[in-house]
Parts: sequence; C-alpha cells; structure tokens
Amino acid sequence: MSQTDLEIVVEDPTAPEDDSPAVVSSGTIEIIVSLLLLALAATLGYDNWRTGISWDSTGPEPGYFPFYLSLILGGGSLYGLIAALLSRRAPAETFVTRAQARRVMAVFVPTLLFCLVTQFLGLYVASFLLIAGFMRLVGKIALWKSLLTAFLFTAIMFVTFDIAFDVIMPKGPLEAAFGY
Amino acid sequence: MEAFGLLVHGFAVLLTGKTLVLMMVGLVLGIFVGVLPGLGGPNGVAILLPLTFTMDPTSAIVMLSCIYWGALFGGAITSILFNIPGEAWSVATTFDGYPMAQQGRAAEALTAAFTSSFIGSLVAVLLITFLAPMISSFALKFGPPEFFAVYLLTFCSFVGLGREAKHKTVISMSLGLLLAGVGMDTVSGQLRMTFGSAELLRGINFLVAVIGLFGISEILLTMEERLALLGHAASISLRVVLSVWRDLPRYWVTLVRSSFIGCWLGITPGGAIAASFMGYNLAKRFAKNPDSFGKGRIEGVFAPETAAHASGTSALLPMLALGIPGSGTAAILLGGLMVWGLNPGPLLFVEHKDFVWGLIASMYLGNVVGLVLVLTTVPIFASILRVPFAAVAPMIVVSCAIGAYAIQNAMFDIWLMLGFGVVGYVFKKISIPLAPFTLALVLGNRAEDAFRLSMIGSGGDLRVFWSNGLVGSITTLAIVLLFWPLIDKLFSGVGRLQPPAEA
Repeated sequence: MSQTDLEIVVEDPTAPEDDSPAVVSSGTIEIIVSLLLLALAATLGYDNWRTGISWDSTGPEPGYFPFYLSLILGGGSLYGLIAALLSRRAPAETFVTRAQARRVMAVFVPTLLFCLVTQFLGLYVASFLLIAGFMRLVGKIALWKSLLTAFLFTAIMFVTFDIAFDVIMPKGPLEAAFGY
Repeated sequence: MEAFGLLVHGFAVLLTGKTLVLMMVGLVLGIFVGVLPGLGGPNGVAILLPLTFTMDPTSAIVMLSCIYWGALFGGAITSILFNIPGEAWSVATTFDGYPMAQQGRAAEALTAAFTSSFIGSLVAVLLITFLAPMISSFALKFGPPEFFAVYLLTFCSFVGLGREAKHKTVISMSLGLLLAGVGMDTVSGQLRMTFGSAELLRGINFLVAVIGLFGISEILLTMEERLALLGHAASISLRVVLSVWRDLPRYWVTLVRSSFIGCWLGITPGGAIAASFMGYNLAKRFAKNPDSFGKGRIEGVFAPETAAHASGTSALLPMLALGIPGSGTAAILLGGLMVWGLNPGPLLFVEHKDFVWGLIASMYLGNVVGLVLVLTTVPIFASILRVPFAAVAPMIVVSCAIGAYAIQNAMFDIWLMLGFGVVGYVFKKISIPLAPFTLALVLGNRAEDAFRLSMIGSGGDLRVFWSNGLVGSITTLAIVLLFWPLIDKLFSGVGRLQPPAEA
C-alpha cells in the first residue's frame, strides 16, 4: 500500500545535474572572504582610530569600543586565512558546481534587475515584470498564467500596503499617471 | 498567584474579535511559510514583519508570534510527508516520521508531531509564565555592569558552546557588533564608520540585514537544490487523532524528558537544533529495543518534536525577561519590539503589562488554535508544494524588498538587503554561522552603551565587572564558557593521564 498513496509529485526539469564540474572550491572562497574581512577590519579600525580610541573626561571616546572589535574581527579573519591556506592540500570541497552557479545566477540577476527597475520605475512595475518574467523565462510556465499571477500578486500587494496599511512604496511614472 | 491574575488579564486583552482574526491570519501565513521550501521561522517572521508596522504593538506581536508557531507546525508537515526538513531542528523528525508515512501511517505521524509540538510549547509557556516575571523583577536591580556581563555571557556562550569553528563564530559576532556601531554614536552624538556617506548616517538597520540574510540568501540557496518532490498525501481523520491521543499517556516519560531538555537548551542561545537531536537520541538510548528507531516508531516523532518546540518557545524567555533573544527568531521579534517603540528588557514587565501578558496569553491560545488548524487543514497545506518554485521565488523577492523599504522608506535599504543576501549566501556556504551575527547586530548598541556607562561609572577601571558577587560570577561564567572547549579538553586530558599514573 506504500507506493499507491504517492499523490504529490512535482518535477524539476531544470534541476542542476549532480555530476556538474566544480567552478570554485570552498577553500578558495574562504581565502577570499578572509581577505575581504581583513580589509574591512583594517578600514573600520583606521576610521575608529581617527575618531578617537582613547579616553577623555567623559569616558571612552566613540571609536574605543568598535576599534577593539575591529581588532577581534581582524584576528579572527587572519586565523581563518591561515587555516584555509594550510588546509589547501586536503581534497578540495566544492563551493558551487557549474550547474548550481547557473541556477543561482538565474535568480540573482533578475533580483538585481528588479532592484534597478524599482529605483527608476517604482516597486509595483518592477514586481510585475519580475514575477511575470521569472515565471515565463525561468519556470517555463504558460504566458497567460505568468501574466495573470504577476498582475494579481502586484495588485494584492498594492491594495494591502499602499491602501489598507498605509505603508508607502516607491512609485514611478505609471502610478503617477493614475494619480498615486 | 499574581502571575495568574495578570495572565487572565492578558486573555481579556486578547479576546477581541480583531486580535483573534489576526491570530488566525498569522497562523495560516506561518504554516504557509513553514511548508514552502527554503523558508522557515526566522525568514517568515522577517519577511512578514512590515505588515505589522502600522498595528499597535500588542496586535503586532500576537500576529508575529503566531507566524512563528505556524512555521514551527508547518515544518513538521514537510518533514513527515516529503522527507524535507523545513528547519534544521526538524531533521530529527524525518528519521521516524518519513518511514511512518511510507508505511501509510502519515496521519498518525502528523498527529503525533502536532500533539507533541503542542505539549512541548505548553510546558515552555508555563515556564515563561511563572519564571519570566521573577527573573525580570530580579533583573530590575541590574546596573550597567550587570547588563554588560549578561550580554558578554550571551556572546561567550555562542563562541564556547557553538558547533561551528570558533574563529568563524568570532568573525560573525564581531562583524555584527561593528555594523551595529555604524552611524551616529548614541552617547556622544559623533559620527563614526560612515565614510562621509549620507545613507550610512542612519546606521545599518537590523531588520534590513535580517531580511537579506535570511530571505534573499535562502532563495539563492534553495535554487541550488533539486526541487523535484515526491510526497505522500494525508488527511487526518478524527478516529486517528483519538487513537494517537489515547496512546499518549504511555509515552509520558519521553514527553517529560524532551520537554525538560528543550526548555533547558532553549534558554541557552542557539539550542533548538541540539535539543531536537538530544531528545531523539535519549529516547532511543532509554528504549527497550533501540534498533526499532528509524523504522517508523511513533516515539521517534514525539521525542524530537516536543524538544524542538519546547526550546523554540522557551527561547522567548530571556528575550522577555532580560531583552536577550535566545534564538534567531527571537532576535527578529526583539527587533520588532524596537520598531514599535518598546524597550526590551526587565522594565517591559512593569511599563507594558498589557503587552507582555497579551503576548504570553497569545502563546497559550495560539498553540491551541494552531493545533486545531493544522489537524484539520493538512491536505490543503501539503498541496501548496504543488505550486512551482518559479512562481514562489519572485514573490518572496518582492515581499523582501517591500519589507526592507518599509522600515525607513529608503531605496538604499533595498540595495543593502541585496548585499546582505549575497553575504548570507556566501557565509552559509562556508559555514560561518548567521545567528551570532544577528544577535550581535540587535544587541550591539545596547551592549556598547552598557559597557561605556559602567566604564564611566568606574572611571575606566575594568575591575567594575568583578565589583560584587553577582556581576563577578556572571563575568567569570562568561569567561569560563568562552574557553569551555579548552577547559573541556584539559579536563579530559587529565582524566586520560590519571589511570597510567596510578598503575
């Protein structure tokens, strides 16, 4: 009786293949992240040192607390850097495979474009474009379903936030044409 | 007994039509995000937080905590029917829950999971009801040094007791504390770490960071996986529910043990995951035939679910009593408190009685309503998974953007959210834990203020942190916890050395 009640089956036609080659190893990313954090710690540490890390008549200056934190951050990332460099000879763990990277980019790039469009055309237009485009191009869902879903979702968001809850979103020329 | 009277008052606050509706809405939304792949408790609460900005604090917290309960219930549905743990602490539920579903006992497993979640939460809420007022009235005597010592204890226990590599926890925590300091210094009014940018003047908002770290990054991570699903459908009939409940008293030892473990680990930061595994393992160890675990034993569902919910709920205890969240989700709720203009900490119990007792009462009511709701609507929620992820993902992105923008009405925050999304994705992949970062970001300013005030009070003498028995023992405990792995190693090293020395 166990197999007959399998009822919910969802396919994933564009799933990443399991045997896709690695683009970059985790060790390499750890080194890059450690270097970036080290640079950040140095920048913030310098800025706090400039603000003042000593004591004056009222107690510690504003830079005091964050300055020592940047030292801790720097120390931690230095340790991470050395640990990652030392373990380079061990078999590399995959950070991301090529197929995975392609899928991640398929979400990240539209999201980036969405933010860009929001800046110029307002959030609602951008949201309509993102949902319709993503469903159609990435999900290969029928055009009318994509457009309808995108329109309904955007409309519900507009009514919920801008009208019912009075949470005002960034708007562009289209909303202006309708008088909002 | 005073607590009881106040609790009744809390129910009175709660039992208005509007609050009950919000509660239902919160639960449904919560189960929804709990069932969806790649979304769970903290993400759901973070994304839906903006909905509550215009509500009064009591309604807002009721709705948000119900989203949280709902997400906890929802996680069990996917674990059992699809073998996909919605959250890390549902992993242990899949061990016996999924085999049960394969044997056609899905309804039984789901009932067991929901019932034990309910029991776990209830025990933890009882604990909160009676312990939180006591702790907070005790904490009213705290001065800045005591508060700083408690913050230090929280941070140190993350480093010392966390499972991740120590330096990664330290990196994540110091980064969070640093970013919390960006902007205007609260004591002197001077600007720092802004590098002349007008946008950074406001500082880095905690909620914007959380929405990016948990919402956007989770979408990126989910897309990496194969999203094909194969699951069992289940509907729960009253007959099954009653038969599971009839058997319930037989497992009281498991339930009590798991509740206790959950409450204990929930109060210490970051304990929910450990609690569910520990509950499962202990149930297995004490069972008469441990080999039958993992093959569909109902106790294997009871044990981890009770522990996970007890700890998820009791994580709210330190948040309410001391203003220190015990988990990522509690940290987000704490961020919410600040948005609604409440100052978390022991004064909350004195200044905002309605709010606190409304929240505690909503924990009782939310769990009862939630239990009934999930038991009756499982088939509907399980079928949400039929909706293709390609439709869900962009909607989540839009919701995240709305949330990030609504906090301060700033376009810059949407970009910041995107940046944090990438950071969260990379950090998760190289296993830098995000919970210490979240906690540090929300507590950073208050920890710094406490530190500076105690330094001003003592004239810069660090011995103020050992100036009396209370603050001294908290600080010492913090330092012991920080070096706990070393101490532990030292002791076990000594233990190993002993026998040969005697021989």
